[in-house]
Amino acid sequence: MPIGDSIPFTAVRWDDVLFVVLAAALLISALLVVTLRDIIRSGLALTASFAALAGIYVMLGNPLVAATQVLVYIGAIAVLILFAIMLTQTKNAPSKLVFQTQVVAAAVAAIVIAAIIAVTVLATTWPAATARIWTSTEEAARTMFRSDVLPFEMVSVLLTAAVIGAVYLARRESGRSEEDR
Amino acid sequence: MSGSLDSYLVLSGLLFAVGTFGFLARRNAISMLMSIELMLNAVNLTVVAFGAFIPGLNTYAAVIALVVIAMAAAEATVGLAIVIAIYRNRKTPLVDEYDQMSR
Repeated sequence: MPIGDSIPFTAVRWDDVLFVVLAAALLISALLVVTLRDIIRSGLALTASFAALAGIYVMLGNPLVAATQVLVYIGAIAVLILFAIMLTQTKNAPSKLVFQTQVVAAAVAAIVIAAIIAVTVLATTWPAATARIWTSTEEAARTMFRSDVLPFEMVSVLLTAAVIGAVYLARRESGRSEEDR
Repeated sequence: MSGSLDSYLVLSGLLFAVGTFGFLARRNAISMLMSIELMLNAVNLTVVAFGAFIPGLNTYAAVIALVVIAMAAAEATVGLAIVIAIYRNRKTPLVDEYDQMSR
């Protein structure tokens, strides 16, 4: 039996329920990322926020970006960040102070940014906006690999440069490695 | 609610603000990098939301979002390599203890 557009006996649409659940998961896990004391836990909360955002991309009708979000963010960047956390945490690192001294100013700045964006968005009408439309993966691929191929090529150059730069930065300098340990 | 562009844009603004707060307030360099990832995610959500609601931007939004994701991966790689290189010299991941460029 197919389920309808809205929850039975109410006017609440399933889409809206899903959006609220995903948005709440996204914002709560993002807040956990910036407030948790244990940095490993904040790394795991970051993974959860990536997953919730992938769900929102699906709701926006863009399965290609959602799949890339899962592959690249959850599969690669989250693992990279967790490895970096494990490489840089010392046992005696003071975990009492999570925040800098400018934490109050930072909170005020963040609230002001959120308020400005919200007011601006709500005060603007988007004349070109229509109902949600599905993004065809085939069309996107045709754009990326045939008609506008330059960004794709530039990204490949950028990724090569990033890999070489990362290896150069993180390598142990020879000759000084013994007394460093 | 899920069918209007405004709700996605407000959500993305809130996510960006959370990332800003984390970047300005945390002491740990890796926490700051994670906050940058949150901000990049917010920008990407904005791009995809405009693409989903404005027909002329539909396919371009997907391409831009994929390029931004690849760029975020490059940024995370180089950023974490820098943090690890500094950690090797200074033995701390806390940015307020980085008070000199050389040793």
